[in-house]
Amino acid sequence: MGKIVIDPVSRIEGHLKVEAVVDDGEVKEAKSAGMLFRGLELIMRDRDPRDAQRITQRICGVCPTSHSIAATLNLDSAFGIADKIPDNGRIIRNLILGAAHIADHILHFYHLVALDYVDVAKLAKYEGNNPALNSIKDFIVRGELGPFVPRYEGDYRLPDNVNEQAIAHYVAAFDMRRKSQAMLSLFGGKMPHNMGIIPGGVASVPAVDNMTSFLWRLKELQEFIDNVYLPDVLAVAQVYSDYLEIGCGCGKLLAYGSYELDGKEADLTKRKRLFKPGTTSTDLKFGDFKPDKIAEEVKHSWYADSISGKHPSRGDVIPDEEKSGAYSWLKSPRYDGMVFEVGPLARIMVNYVGGNTMVKNLVDSTLSQVNLKPAAMFSTMGRNLARALETKLIADSMVDWILQLKPGEPAYVSYELPEEAMGMGLVGAARGALGHWIEIKEGKIANYQVITPSTWNISPMDDKNQPGPLEQAITGTKIRDEANPFEIVRIVRSFDPCLACSVHLLSSKGRDLGKFKVC
Amino acid sequence: MKGSDIKEYPAVWLQAAGCTGCSVSLLNVINPSIKNLLVDQVIPGHHINLRFHPTVMAGAGAPAIDIMVDTSQKKKGGYILIVEGAIPTAKNGIHGVVGERDGKPVTMLSWVEELAKDALAVIALGSCAAFGGIPAAYPNPTECRSVGEVLQTKGINTPLVNIPGCPPHPDWFVGTVASILLTGLPGPEDIDEHRRPKAFFGQTIHENCPRRAYYDENKFAKKFGDPGCNYELGCRGPITHADCPVRLWNDKTNWCVGCGATCIGCTEPGFFDISPLYEKFSEAALPEEV
Repeated sequence: MGKIVIDPVSRIEGHLKVEAVVDDGEVKEAKSAGMLFRGLELIMRDRDPRDAQRITQRICGVCPTSHSIAATLNLDSAFGIADKIPDNGRIIRNLILGAAHIADHILHFYHLVALDYVDVAKLAKYEGNNPALNSIKDFIVRGELGPFVPRYEGDYRLPDNVNEQAIAHYVAAFDMRRKSQAMLSLFGGKMPHNMGIIPGGVASVPAVDNMTSFLWRLKELQEFIDNVYLPDVLAVAQVYSDYLEIGCGCGKLLAYGSYELDGKEADLTKRKRLFKPGTTSTDLKFGDFKPDKIAEEVKHSWYADSISGKHPSRGDVIPDEEKSGAYSWLKSPRYDGMVFEVGPLARIMVNYVGGNTMVKNLVDSTLSQVNLKPAAMFSTMGRNLARALETKLIADSMVDWILQLKPGEPAYVSYELPEEAMGMGLVGAARGALGHWIEIKEGKIANYQVITPSTWNISPMDDKNQPGPLEQAITGTKIRDEANPFEIVRIVRSFDPCLACSVHLLSSKGRDLGKFKVC
Repeated sequence: MKGSDIKEYPAVWLQAAGCTGCSVSLLNVINPSIKNLLVDQVIPGHHINLRFHPTVMAGAGAPAIDIMVDTSQKKKGGYILIVEGAIPTAKNGIHGVVGERDGKPVTMLSWVEELAKDALAVIALGSCAAFGGIPAAYPNPTECRSVGEVLQTKGINTPLVNIPGCPPHPDWFVGTVASILLTGLPGPEDIDEHRRPKAFFGQTIHENCPRRAYYDENKFAKKFGDPGCNYELGCRGPITHADCPVRLWNDKTNWCVGCGATCIGCTEPGFFDISPLYEKFSEAALPEEV
């Protein structure tokens, strides 16, 4: 038995902790744990329901837009206007969310993931004439290498020319994600934390100049996605092809669906969306999605056991920092009592098996380029590839949406605030299925519950002691060099976790996450 | 300029109870670009050496923690500490932890104390670090405090600059850092009573708002999308100090009121407890000079 500690895991959002027991070079047991509790659901109580959108965006500055969509879908349903949002409002919300997803996925691959595969230090020997690369070379030669060193050493395999190109793209990608957020701000006002999305629609009426500007900004991003991002993901996947098998995880996938194509259907599970909701698994069979099957368990979380097993619409938050056997601030969301992974991989594969031709055609044509079968998608690299494929599908769809806008026509509908109501908002966030639930009493928020994608993916063991998706993905992985456990961080980052965390590999004595000790 | 002529300023960026939005906002900086900030000289002869940043840095785990500790011990008085997020203080800070030492988790509270003590300056970036922000909003379940409150409680006198905003505009951060490198720490005449640089927070949104003429003529929007001043929809422009209307956000593309929304007062202390956000706030809250 060996012990490796990785704490904190960088290049993710938030505060996470994972522990794993290693024996004979293989992970025998892994635990993941969220290490920050803010109690936002407690802060929401007794406030004006409309403020939920502004507050819940602040759950995450990397993916605030998804929260603004989930919150407004939630409020629209509670206010009884889910089928009354003007088409302009529905479409502009889609455009804002799409711009956020493009920025997010580019950021994820180039700035959060790439440094696990690309060797920046190698540029010390660069002899070409790319000014960006030469400025990085100068920086390396000066010897103050933060933030690129320290890092894990060893398993950097890209050939020099591919490596150099990837670093040039790392720099270019900074501009691209920034430009996508600027595109978003045309309708969203600013990013992070857009201001445009509000209950009832969006805050402004579309104008021709903004639509045109959006379209041409989008075209530049499409060129980058098609000619740089997608090819880079495939190039890295081919060199690191063992990661098409490493990190499969629980093998069961869940998607809520996203991008509203129909403004007249109030029921989110029946509404026509670009990505449909559903489940699938390594057997590649499609299953219907029923929101009633979601429940959150807390046996291993720092919350009172009395709140375990509840549907989020009846969920609660009662912290218990001293609870024996608990090791995370995350709850364990389960679907029909089973462990499900969420994320772009789930969205792509659910739609692949669910008869979405647009998705199926792109997945098949891409996989055939590199001689892979759909089974390869259930892997570390498959998650990164699904994210890139989804980025292309969203960007291409956005072109049509812009042209559907009607300049000068309303994008917002007025509403009455209800005294008593329940609501639900489900959306496919950048990192996966995101749900918001609200209960309004006496015109105020009586209860507000959020289940984020990373709560699904990074969840601790549940009431039946089933490990969460990330824990399952790490368990069984062979670690080549325990001092440089690339395998663990590559798996973790393929989930694009959205919480600050730390990863530990425990000793055989292990399980010391169970008792929290403050330094 | 040769490497030896370049002055290196080590920087440690600690994320506490926040959402990483301040970091993402910094990535949106245009001139200089984020690449310029990370590897080039932000001002000729001056390079910010960002040694620890959870979202950007290559390293993870113990080596990353080591470099943070190493910076505070070997560069005493010479490094800049940037804090993003509020500091949970309930139960000795148990609700927020970053990394471990000697097998024990280290709270954000103890990191701030340890790192702030010997820093050249502390920048509390974003409204959570500057004023407590959302995690400190009522009922403040984890007793979150601003960096300033923590430093005061611990008796730490390191110079502190608050750059609020949810998120802060990247220019506010870069401008403040550049100003420190060029002319030294801001004097009392450069910052307001909330320790905000007057260069960016010296005027209210209302003073520079392109919809101000509507306000002066009593033309108010009754619902979103209407022409008119958004005051009756809840706009906090009259009581919010920041230069958003003239600086603009995201490649100078737009800003909150520009997209038809209201200013929600995100650069002010008490942000999010001056609620509900979609109701006109009381006249009594208006500052006298407006």
